[in-house]
Amino acid sequence: MTAGDVAPTPQRRRPAAGAFLKLFLRNRLAAAGAILLTAVVLLSVLAPLLPLQDPYAQDTAQKFLRPFSPGHLLGTDHLGRDILSRLIWGTRLSLVVGLVASFGAAFFGSVIGITAGYFGGRTDNWLMRAIDMLMAFPYILLALAIVAALGPGLVNALIAVAVVNIPFFARNIRGVTVTLAHKEFVDAARLAGMTDLRIMVSEILPNVLPVIVIAMSTTVGWMILETAGLSFLGLGSQPPVADLGSMLGEGRNALITDPHASIVPGLMIFVIVMSVNLLGDGIRDALDPRLRSGALTRPMARTIVDRNAVPQPPADPALLNVQELRTEFRVGSRTLKALSGVTLQVRPGECLGLIGESGSGKSVTALSVMGLVASPPGVIAGGAVRYAGTEVLGAPFSELRKLRGDRISYIFQDPLATLHPLYRVGDQIVEAIQAHHAVSKSKARARALELLEAVRIPNASSRIDNFPHELSGGMRQRVGIAMALVNEPDLIIADEPTTALDVTVQAQILSLLDDLRRERGVAILFITHDFGVVAQLCDRIAVMYAGRIVETGPTAAILADPAHPYTRRLIACVPELGEGQRELHAIPGLPPAVDDLPPGCAFAPRCDKAQPACRTGEIPLDAFGSERAVRCLFPESDQAGGAA
Amino acid sequence: MGSYILKRLLAAIPVILGITVIVFLIMSLIPGDPATAILGSYATPENVEKLNRDLGLDKPLVQQYFIWLGNMLQGDFGRSFSLNRPVLDEVLERFGATLVLAGTSLVICSILGIIAGVVSAARQYGVADKAITFIVLIGISIPSFFLGMMMILLFAVNLRWLPVSGMYAIYGGGDLPDLIRHLLMPATALAVVATGVIARLSRSAMLEVLRQDFIRTARAKGVTERNVIWRHALKAAMVSIIPVIGVQAGFVLSGAVYIETVFQWPGVGRMLVTAILTRDILLVQGGVVIVAACYVLFNLAVDVAQSLLDPRVTT
Ligand code: SF4
Repeated sequence: MTAGDVAPTPQRRRPAAGAFLKLFLRNRLAAAGAILLTAVVLLSVLAPLLPLQDPYAQDTAQKFLRPFSPGHLLGTDHLGRDILSRLIWGTRLSLVVGLVASFGAAFFGSVIGITAGYFGGRTDNWLMRAIDMLMAFPYILLALAIVAALGPGLVNALIAVAVVNIPFFARNIRGVTVTLAHKEFVDAARLAGMTDLRIMVSEILPNVLPVIVIAMSTTVGWMILETAGLSFLGLGSQPPVADLGSMLGEGRNALITDPHASIVPGLMIFVIVMSVNLLGDGIRDALDPRLRSGALTRPMARTIVDRNAVPQPPADPALLNVQELRTEFRVGSRTLKALSGVTLQVRPGECLGLIGESGSGKSVTALSVMGLVASPPGVIAGGAVRYAGTEVLGAPFSELRKLRGDRISYIFQDPLATLHPLYRVGDQIVEAIQAHHAVSKSKARARALELLEAVRIPNASSRIDNFPHELSGGMRQRVGIAMALVNEPDLIIADEPTTALDVTVQAQILSLLDDLRRERGVAILFITHDFGVVAQLCDRIAVMYAGRIVETGPTAAILADPAHPYTRRLIACVPELGEGQRELHAIPGLPPAVDDLPPGCAFAPRCDKAQPACRTGEIPLDAFGSERAVRCLFPESDQAGGAA
Repeated sequence: MGSYILKRLLAAIPVILGITVIVFLIMSLIPGDPATAILGSYATPENVEKLNRDLGLDKPLVQQYFIWLGNMLQGDFGRSFSLNRPVLDEVLERFGATLVLAGTSLVICSILGIIAGVVSAARQYGVADKAITFIVLIGISIPSFFLGMMMILLFAVNLRWLPVSGMYAIYGGGDLPDLIRHLLMPATALAVVATGVIARLSRSAMLEVLRQDFIRTARAKGVTERNVIWRHALKAAMVSIIPVIGVQAGFVLSGAVYIETVFQWPGVGRMLVTAILTRDILLVQGGVVIVAACYVLFNLAVDVAQSLLDPRVTT
């Protein structure tokens, strides 16, 4: 393998640039919306001052003049009236009607919402029931019923549109009011003897005002469109007065012969609604911090690989060879170095325990092996992962996919979150088989059942048709293990598989894993923060701290005589192996943030043996005895002369 | 499952009753003498008196409501004076045409919207995503009635591919291909806005789901990326997409009023508009109650569909 292998790895850094571009574009679109809307509003506000013709002046001799006719820039309508003038006056009317409807809905919606939210209890219950009833209608039916009762006309259409939108305001504002109604300042006002009405107006209202404004800005476009729609149907503004909707409705009668009389007002409605939408989207995006932080991006099928060179293959013919692995998280302009050169090997049939506090990078190491680190923001920035001698990080995706779940499989921590909630567990196992082997569904199912029995699920033949939420945590994890075993992999990567379980179930799962390993000869990379678990299961240990391996060697040797001060402290924290609380939080100080590593030894701030030399320069992982290695300038040892 | 459906059905009854109350209250806003309003200005005094007796219009409001409700429960929604036939017959006949139109639209917007949203999410920030986002933005901004008119100009008048309006050809029509030719434009015009809304929501639902742990599990199993997106992620995203489709059904039904007018589709929406313009109050009243009640039942069906998809709902 050479550096040439890096070339075909997919998209480097493009998503970050794309995200930025998109935000920029969105802002530009929002600005375009703002400009358009301002222009439209200005035109309609200034309508009386503009040198426009009389919008009502009929001249049947001049009817249906085309646009760009002399004296009539946009032509004339069926009565020979100037379309430009009618358009601007119509826009003015539509905007006014939409705004008034919006204010009306906001006012009554707020009154209902604040009343319901403030008083709570039965008042709230009845008001919200009534609101729910209103919402049970398709909106136009309600509007039509109101117009039918009051009679067609612009004011009645406006009332109808406002009423239809009241529930939206009432619900939103009630929600906010409920959270405010029991705040201290409201209680204080009550104690001060203020009347309920005064509290609602002077204490609550100012606090819900932003919600009202936002709700108005999101609905005003709708209301303009809805009133225009009612006018279009002939139920709104009545001739000769025309808003945009009734202009379009009148134009429709001559759609085929003189389409311009329809196209002009139709386009205007489109422009208004579009600019309102653009502006609204822009504001919403700008207010959404998740968009900027990149939290709304979805992980791709594999972690992005962006490395300069691939390390030479090692002499050690292990099953899994991780070399100098460097995985980073790139968020905006920041880079968090989660792994700074992790090297480890797993031999066939061996169990390696990877141990460390949370944030040490042990899970990132596990996920990097098969390119499962969420990406973006994850990027593998250097190193290599070799499975049976083949480099996998640079391999084509189809090759990587064939390894996943077939030769190397995973068991994850929380089986409720990691199993698909809507598929039966049996089907999820069947899928794992069929992803790699062309076998019939019934054969795969028989195999799944066999595995469920092998992981000692009682009543496996009925459990196989359960959904994950119908199983206990321990059962779910057994399903996860069955799924990992189903294709007889060479290596299982188990990422804290027992952490979410209670102690008895933990012990059962561990002994199950141990049995399966001995029976099937499968190698395990076991990620944990728990030395007790490691002692029970693993042949060798690798201790991680701040994205590096700080000590590695045979389990018994390290447990008996830890060389790194950090390992020593970890082991000292374990009260009694195999029992009780075995969390790793008893060490003073916090693990360092991986974006702010001190020079030299990362453990120095928490180490009581630290010397000035520890704080300068890179500290290598040196051999310590024949089978061990340690990353420390002053390793501790009970046996003298262990250090190289 | 059966008990769940029953529970939902029982819960729908007060909602439908509430709908009748609201419609009744709105109709009681009619200014002037209701009997005259219902019968129109050419009503004879005898007819006015008979209607007053039938509907109990001389009784107190509460009693009037129960008389009206009782009549409806017996299938008597009154007579339309402008059409001179029972309201129920007219509404049911017209509602069939609306269901064909709105149903087709709903199918179109659900399928296209979901596909667009999934593709958009799977190619987030790619060219396809940006193109879809832009088209969706235009789609949700076009008033459906204007779009319908422009489609008539282009496809019926200029290109002569499709008929201008109506549900069937007057001569020699009436078969399925004829219906489809007439249905194509109005159903599409009606679907555009809802497609955009569903696409937007499907995209964000997919982005949300694709970050979940079970997606990583599927990838760790070696499931092909196509199955990860279209089976694992979409199935989970459907849990939040289905309610949106339920809400959009209300908007499609509402939009049908405009589209039926533009394309002269003989549906209940156009019937309501005509009834309002001719002041045929009983027809409006009956039409609104029947369609709104059906919409409630439709939403119930959506809830049931949701529970079939998500076993966690009913347990
Ligand atoms: S290198 Fe120095 S600071 Fe680091 S663990 Fe060893 S003794 Fe402590």
